[in-house]
Amino acid sequence: MTEATTAPPTQEQTDHAGAGHRGDTLLELTDLHVYYGNIEALKGVSLTVARGEVVTLIGSNGAGKSTTLRAISGTHKPRTGTIRLAGNEIHHLPAHEVVKLGIAHSPEGRKVFSRMTVFENLQMGAFGRGRERIDDDVARVFDLFPRLRERRSQKAGTMSGGEQQMLAMGRALMARPTILLLDEPSMGLSPILTEQIFSIITEINGQGTTVLLVEQNALMALNAAHRGYVIQTGKIILADSAANLAANEQVRQAYLGEI
Amino acid sequence: MTEMTDVADVNPAPRPAAGEPLLVTSKVTMRFGGLLANNDVDFEIPRGAIVSLIGPNGAGKTTFFNQLTGLLVPTSGEIIFDGSSIVGRTPHEIVEVGIGRTFQNIRLFGAMTVIANVMVGRHTRMKASWWGSLLRLPAVREEEAATRLRARELLELVGLRRRYEEDWAKNLPYGDQRRLELARALASDPKLLLLDEPTAGMNPGETAQMTALIKRLRDELDLTVLLIEHDMKVVMGISERITVLDYGEKLAEGEPEEIRANPRVIEAYLGKQATSA
Repeated sequence: MTEATTAPPTQEQTDHAGAGHRGDTLLELTDLHVYYGNIEALKGVSLTVARGEVVTLIGSNGAGKSTTLRAISGTHKPRTGTIRLAGNEIHHLPAHEVVKLGIAHSPEGRKVFSRMTVFENLQMGAFGRGRERIDDDVARVFDLFPRLRERRSQKAGTMSGGEQQMLAMGRALMARPTILLLDEPSMGLSPILTEQIFSIITEINGQGTTVLLVEQNALMALNAAHRGYVIQTGKIILADSAANLAANEQVRQAYLGEI
Repeated sequence: MTEMTDVADVNPAPRPAAGEPLLVTSKVTMRFGGLLANNDVDFEIPRGAIVSLIGPNGAGKTTFFNQLTGLLVPTSGEIIFDGSSIVGRTPHEIVEVGIGRTFQNIRLFGAMTVIANVMVGRHTRMKASWWGSLLRLPAVREEEAATRLRARELLELVGLRRRYEEDWAKNLPYGDQRRLELARALASDPKLLLLDEPTAGMNPGETAQMTALIKRLRDELDLTVLLIEHDMKVVMGISERITVLDYGEKLAEGEPEEIRANPRVIEAYLGKQATSA
């Protein structure tokens, strides 16, 4: 199942994505260095995401994709370098403050609250929003993932892996993020649901949410994205439009599984 | 990603007698309160085969694995492995009779080193007594050294770089954690290897390598393999037989070509892109 299922963004989509004001830089990473103990996982990563864009980060296992997302969401602090959201530095903030500023993270390995129900997990996603009403948001998530509606009162830990993946994404959406960080949203999903998840990403983006997407299914990610970065052993080695990256011989060989 | 080394130097498990299937389940049913997660599943795995279990999310695939490995006891039904029933046996007893597995939601010992994770996998094959371990008798030390050696071979085999050996498992990239789980499962010298989404979190290149490795393990270690996988390139590429579960029941069963063309499977699971997989 490597065939493209999502159409590449057309000119019209591109122009209208993000409610029409795609362009100004929303997120900016500058010379980010991140360590796990003594292991340097990011060796000076710089990248930008403009408002309204879908940007994808492509790379092998261990290249630093998930680490980049963790640094942005404040769940793993960079040692040096800066992260700016709409011009303001956020890399010193704890994760719960970062969420409040509009960055939601659907992490690798799902990390749902396994002893809480589906509904409670979704409530947790909206935690930073205080006393606002969230019924409409819950309904929206259930519309995107009807399976979650069926399982509303079930403990998350008893659901299948794929269902937990849907919940992780739904929980992130509950924060009404300005920018959504998605770490392998298709992991563990059936072929049909994988197709659906990519159209959901396009749909969410069409409604104005900016998306930074990490995905092993690089071809599908490039089809859903406007731009992409290729990361290799902690360094960005290539940055281009998604269309150009998908056509790039080097990328095709290394990440799209073509020999 | 590193290359896989030769498997020739790893001791092959004794070759099982051909003939009857290695594993047979009849009418396996698992009920969680009002939810029927598996319903009357009849299933078998021929010795030496690579068989895949596919189906929509929540169809009951992992639940089925959990019953084969003793993590869940079927509400009703029978599971015969290598000629005897394993229903009601504990997970460690099932490892002892020769079923090894990996987990979809990776379950490594995060704060243990990579090599120690593999050595733990070998525990059931080690003979050291409690007193022997306490007194560090020569035989115990020898056995531990041999286990470490074997663990190292297995790490090489699954393509994990040597430099990881003393790193904490939780610091490995996701795809490498999957390889480590495979090495740990192999350390118990299984006859039947159950792999729950072995290529999740791997890019197409790494997936192709994992696919080739699974084939080699079967051929060179005389393993029988049952896998759950959503990547149709993997499933169609290495399975001799495929069973499809939907809502806990068997929806279809057959060779890859039959499954790929089955309209019910396309509708429930594969989607319209099926023909291009």
